[in-house]
Amino acid sequence: MKKVLSLLKSYRKEAILSPTFKLLESLMDLLTPLVVAAIINKGIVHADFSYVTGCFLFLIFLAVLGLMFSFTAQWFAAKASVGAATDLRQELFDHIQDLSCEKLDTIGTDTLITRMTSDINQVQNGINMTLRLLLRSPFIVFGAMIMAFTIDFRCALIFALAIPVLSVVVYGIMIISIPRFSKVQQSLDKLLGTTRENLTGVRVVRAFCKESDAVAEFDRQSEELTRMNVFVGRLSAVMNPATYALINIATIMLIREGAVRVELGAIAQGDLVALYNYMAQIIVELIKLASLIITINKALACAKRIETVFDVKPGMSYPDKKLSETADDTESDSEVEFRHVSFSYSGSEENAVSDINFSVKKGQTVGIIGGTGSGKSTIVNLIPRFYDATEGEVLVSGRDVKTFPEGDIISRVGMVPQKAVLFEGTIRDNLKWGNENATDEDMWKALEIAQGREVAEGKDKKLDAEVHQGGRNFSGGQKQRLTIARALVRKPEILILDDSASALDFATDLKLRQAIAGLDGDMTVFIVSQRASSVRAADLILVLDDGVVVGQGTHDELLASCEVYQEIYYSQAPEEKNKSGKEVLA
Amino acid sequence: MSKNSEKKVSSKDTLIKVMRFIGRYKILLALSIILAGVSVVLQLYVPILFGQAIDLVIEKGKVDLDGVALYAGKILVLVLISALATWIMNLINNRLAYRTVQDIRAKAIRRIQVLPLSYLDSHSNGDTVQRVIADVDQLSDGLLLGFTQLFSGIVTIFVTLIFMFSKNVLITGMVIVMTPVSFLVAKFIASRSFQMFRKQTETRGSQTALINEMIGNEKVVKAFGYEERASERFREVNEELREYSEKAVFFSSLTNPSTRAVNNVIYALVALVGANRILSGVLTVGDLTVLLSYANQYMKPFNDISSVVTELQNALACAARVFELIEAEPQSREGDAELQDVSGRVDIEHVDFSYVQDKPLIRDFNFHAEPGMKIAIVGPTGCGKTTLINLLMRFYDVKSGSIKIDGQDINDVSRASLRQNFGMVLQETWIKNGTVRENIAFGKPDATDEEIIRAAKEAHSWEFIRRMPRKLDTVLTDESLSQGQKQLLCITRVMLCDPSMLILDEATSSIDTRTEALIQKAFNKLMKGRTSFIVAHRLSTIRDADSILVMKDGSIIEQGDHETLLAKNGFYAELYNSQFKLSA
Repeated sequence: MKKVLSLLKSYRKEAILSPTFKLLESLMDLLTPLVVAAIINKGIVHADFSYVTGCFLFLIFLAVLGLMFSFTAQWFAAKASVGAATDLRQELFDHIQDLSCEKLDTIGTDTLITRMTSDINQVQNGINMTLRLLLRSPFIVFGAMIMAFTIDFRCALIFALAIPVLSVVVYGIMIISIPRFSKVQQSLDKLLGTTRENLTGVRVVRAFCKESDAVAEFDRQSEELTRMNVFVGRLSAVMNPATYALINIATIMLIREGAVRVELGAIAQGDLVALYNYMAQIIVELIKLASLIITINKALACAKRIETVFDVKPGMSYPDKKLSETADDTESDSEVEFRHVSFSYSGSEENAVSDINFSVKKGQTVGIIGGTGSGKSTIVNLIPRFYDATEGEVLVSGRDVKTFPEGDIISRVGMVPQKAVLFEGTIRDNLKWGNENATDEDMWKALEIAQGREVAEGKDKKLDAEVHQGGRNFSGGQKQRLTIARALVRKPEILILDDSASALDFATDLKLRQAIAGLDGDMTVFIVSQRASSVRAADLILVLDDGVVVGQGTHDELLASCEVYQEIYYSQAPEEKNKSGKEVLA
Repeated sequence: MSKNSEKKVSSKDTLIKVMRFIGRYKILLALSIILAGVSVVLQLYVPILFGQAIDLVIEKGKVDLDGVALYAGKILVLVLISALATWIMNLINNRLAYRTVQDIRAKAIRRIQVLPLSYLDSHSNGDTVQRVIADVDQLSDGLLLGFTQLFSGIVTIFVTLIFMFSKNVLITGMVIVMTPVSFLVAKFIASRSFQMFRKQTETRGSQTALINEMIGNEKVVKAFGYEERASERFREVNEELREYSEKAVFFSSLTNPSTRAVNNVIYALVALVGANRILSGVLTVGDLTVLLSYANQYMKPFNDISSVVTELQNALACAARVFELIEAEPQSREGDAELQDVSGRVDIEHVDFSYVQDKPLIRDFNFHAEPGMKIAIVGPTGCGKTTLINLLMRFYDVKSGSIKIDGQDINDVSRASLRQNFGMVLQETWIKNGTVRENIAFGKPDATDEEIIRAAKEAHSWEFIRRMPRKLDTVLTDESLSQGQKQLLCITRVMLCDPSMLILDEATSSIDTRTEALIQKAFNKLMKGRTSFIVAHRLSTIRDADSILVMKDGSIIEQGDHETLLAKNGFYAELYNSQFKLSA
């Protein structure tokens, strides 16, 4: 809420003018019954038709003025609400860009997307409605009552009695039903989840012949939902008839009291008509206000949820630019070094990796191999500082990664993530992610190394070939090759392939590694893989088991000494087991 | 023109179908309409009585207090009756709407269970879920509530006009003449705001796409330091959206004040002409009050009706989508025979199959598996490996030819008895939203914890389950496990069931080779003497199979055990050898 209010500040003018004009408009509405009373009391009683005509023109004048006021009010309301929502969206987007991976994990992508889209739309709607209506309705209700007091004190007392009673009924029903509405929503979400689950698991459900169980579960939840709906419905079913009865009872009292007052000569017939009209205005506005409060309530809940995202601190701090520039790259012969590094994901008690120690020289290739969930990806994610080590330190070029200014490390690393993701646009757009200034030549070269040349050449428009959202129009293997090229385009000092050749067949995988090894310069390469063949030629192989390095060295060393490595290797190439202990390099 | 009429017919058909659904609540529906009529007429009649009461209060000395009291009593009774009628109508409508929704949903979910997979595979899950949940809701809101609203709206207009005519023909005529003005104004605004809304929707669509891409892949964004460029791109589309939204919100918010202004003008006119008529002695002050309050309410049902009609059209469209699902052709008939004591001989004879008409995928496929054989299927993507499994499980029906188990055609036995004999693990894992126990015991709900733990140990899932905070009682969602762990869990599920035949479709693709080898051992023990089919990408998985089918373009190009195939030096040998070439 704080955030929304602070953003509204830049639309202060609009946010104040909109309700002001709205009030002016409702003032016109409040004057109307008085004019009608004047028509009856003066025009008709004195049979003065020119007076009536004057009143008529005044009514038209009020209508036109009211229209102008309300147009102005709507314009300012639109400007303020859309403006604040647009700014909010931008700030939230920028804020999300600042969040560390750890924070992103905790919040979750789906949540963030909902906050960015439907929640902000709700807030916009809420602001708009609030500016337009929140003041108007109470103003008319109380205005009508005040007007009534100016006409006749005793009759106005009926207003003073009716308004609180009606408010209690309307808002009482609302207060009881709002929390139940959200329960209904939860129940509906549950039913939706069950339906989706049934569809995604249809093969499994059928393979286990569980169709009737699925139906039974659905029926149970559906029944529950209906029960809740009917219950809430029963509450809201009372609203209309109750308010209708109450307002008419108040009107009956008004007419009876009014008749007495007229008989006493305190008021005229026209005044009674005016009072009657005011009573009618009240109920309309009270009901409008009730539905408005529901909208505002929803918007408030959304604003609160958005606020919690803003409350999440970026989670990673970087040294001042100046400070870090003084600490120049120490000429260290190790490019990447891990010293007693342990890391645990937030919310998890156990370490994902523990006490990792290794050091790589510039230009070397490191293979990381190990079972599912053994911590391979975690290790490479620590290098570009996606996450900060919980213990120990990670060094790049001899410097703790935490001492690099923001963006510095990232620009040195070419990362190919496990999940091959492409973005909507062209192949060129995608490759430019790696380096905005890459030339066509650079791109073709990167594609060549990534074994993706034929992917681009196979398309009519080559580099300008369209990429659909998520890269849907490319196969898994094609996507992987393009993501590898994307990382290569930036000519990184450190290249990380995080199990990113899994969709490539062995022959292509081999060609890829050969091409990378054949590159000029001294790029340090990390290859994470489950395939022994992929890491076999590396200068250093880390064998991970359950977050711990159980062996490091070259293929030959490990084959001689590391039991886990032997198991992995022989499970993939049992023929080799029968040969003599000595490995022959092909 | 013909297209138009065709569309009309279909929406009429839909309406009839909906009516059939509501049919069982006929009495409730009729009652609801009657009550709506009663409450509307009474609500409109009350102002007349108020008007007449006001006419008894002319000025000092000319007040009929007893008359007023009489009217007050009358009004009170009518008001209470009307309120009661509205209340009961609301209750009935509630019941009607929610019960119908429940009925339709129940029918939909039952249909989903018997729909052929070809239907489900060709419709996105999101779309089907939308039909079952959102469309049904829209249907009930639009059709049931819309219907009563439409009805009471029309009644209101007619009754109002009748009452007004009875008071004064001239004024009523004037109001009717002014009505179209209000419509024209509303229509003008709607057409202007529609343009803006369309642009707003388009821009919002591309913004949502950008949000999904960038935030959905925030880690890639970070890996390439793309944050600022992402923000910049977002700013562009966001500013564009601001421009359209401002206008769309503004234009659409003009409808109410504009129609209100027209209404106010009508109100003023009624006051003017009414006063004139009173002076001529043909109208009373009470009559004027009645006419004024009618003039005030008169436009409301028009506005209501126009929005109800839109909603009705919308609801019919949704209903059509729901019925499309409910009426979709169910899967082919199944046989009555039960497969019993299966030994596991599988004969596939002359099978042809295609997903799409005229695009044959599998042609004249022949294969025989003896009981207890381990059969592996390899080949490039799209060669028909998974299709074969779809056919074995009868998720799809063969186009021609036959599949026999122990000599019995699978078309002659019930699907349930066929599937109960197979244990199946797919590459695409499916985790039920529930506890670990529920997930593992999915196929055998009465399994004891001991059995579950034993199966978990064999499938090597116990290692991670053991570490979970509440062990077997841990509640799982799709995100709480890694892909490999999910696969292990799915394997555990099958291990527990102890099926007589086994199908593994890339079931261990995300599990490391070491664990896989261990699981394989467990499977070998479990499946001793039972037939199993294994599809794998990783050749180490299938090396020890009794028979390896090498598939390409829908048919078997090579067949034999590992040694034979290597010796053949064909496609399989090529695939296999590339695995162990060393780099550099």
